[in-house]
Amino acid sequence: MANEVVLLDALASMFGMRARVALAEKGIEYEYREEDLMNKGELLLKMNPVHKKIPVLIHNGKPVCESLIIVQYIDEVWKDKAPLLPSDPYQRAQARFWADYVDKKVYDAGRRIWTTKGGEELEAAKKDFIESLKVLEGVLGNEPYFGGKTFGFVDIAFVTFSTWFLAYETCGNFSIEVECPKLIEWVKRCMEKESVSKSLPDPHKICDFVATWRKKHGVGVGRLSAYMSTVTLDRFECVCFWGLLSF
Amino acid sequence: MADEVKLFGVWASPYSRRVEVALKLKGVKYEFIEEDLSNKSDLLLKYNPVHKKIPVLLHNGKPIVESLVILEYIDETWKGNPILPHDPYQKAVARFWAKFLDEKCFPALRKAFSSKEDEQEKAIEEASELLKILENELNGKKFFGGDKIGLVDIVANFIGFWLGVIQEAKGEELLLTHKKFPILCKWIDEYVNCSVIKENLPCQR
Repeated sequence: MANEVVLLDALASMFGMRARVALAEKGIEYEYREEDLMNKGELLLKMNPVHKKIPVLIHNGKPVCESLIIVQYIDEVWKDKAPLLPSDPYQRAQARFWADYVDKKVYDAGRRIWTTKGGEELEAAKKDFIESLKVLEGVLGNEPYFGGKTFGFVDIAFVTFSTWFLAYETCGNFSIEVECPKLIEWVKRCMEKESVSKSLPDPHKICDFVATWRKKHGVGVGRLSAYMSTVTLDRFECVCFWGLLSF
Repeated sequence: MADEVKLFGVWASPYSRRVEVALKLKGVKYEFIEEDLSNKSDLLLKYNPVHKKIPVLLHNGKPIVESLVILEYIDETWKGNPILPHDPYQKAVARFWAKFLDEKCFPALRKAFSSKEDEQEKAIEEASELLKILENELNGKKFFGGDKIGLVDIVANFIGFWLGVIQEAKGEELLLTHKKFPILCKWIDEYVNCSVIKENLPCQR
């Protein structure tokens, strides 16, 4: 039976990027559909009625939702190539734990950095964000990847945030490379993989989106203005980005 | 080599209980270590330095933390009486509902019972919407796992047991009524009568 794979996604979503990377790692052909998150399509609402969010992987008509659940599903169905999770149950538990840590700690603090006006709130967000990155840097240790010698589940869960690093740094006026040099080396190593580099948008595009959002919400554009108009944004992409705030 | 299994938990915690249910279902012998959360033990802090929380499963000296991660570990290590389906799609569906319960339902339910009067009506309405979604998912099945309890039933223990206890303690049916949620109430009856669950219900102090 032919495999029909569709991914409902939004360009700037670090969660959607995880599914893209996993599909690319396994060499799976699929149809990518960009969702207008300000005007959600019928298919998205039908396939994810509970959360109404992207990404949604539709495999032979059946939907799988939630990015880490999608990545595990991809790993289990296309199991003959590029295993994403280790085979040992204890190592798998560690991988699941750290992917969950990225979701709970990194995402929240990062979001606070680019949405707050500044002052104490921003400083608190930066502190939490850097702290969580340092913990992850410690977990990486001297291995090339979080998966050890090979790129794996935690690498996929976390590397997609790297497209947002420039935006976080600009909003928060700090350098991730200064704070966590090993992590930036790891990002560069991951970006050498086609499955990653082709799945992640240009960080300047993310900055552009963030600058547009901040201007609209009167949060202050500041340094981000340097990134505006370096990339041409069509209206569709702007609309997609603003809709992302629902995740 | 004999397995050495220890569980750091708290008797009143649904998160701790769900791990016990899974271990009992699999017939795994373990030592339960009750933690005092106001005075966390050195061992707990050693085995869960990141979150400093229970439950922590210690298997032959190696710690596993976060209850959903622990449940999958238990299922993958001890193969008898599987709690997750074998089929990848059904597995993904089970994981989805487990996450929905933990990330959406339980916070909403806790809020519904702890909100002050002026906010409570709204909180109860939000929690009701989420329970309705669960009802729809159950429709026609004895358990979320089908004929036997599975991951989602184990994770839904807060609804299975604690919700009824809280309502009784408050002396009124604020949220979970037979009229509003007939299917969910039927599931609760099946759930508490399921033998492995029965042996694991804390007494209603």
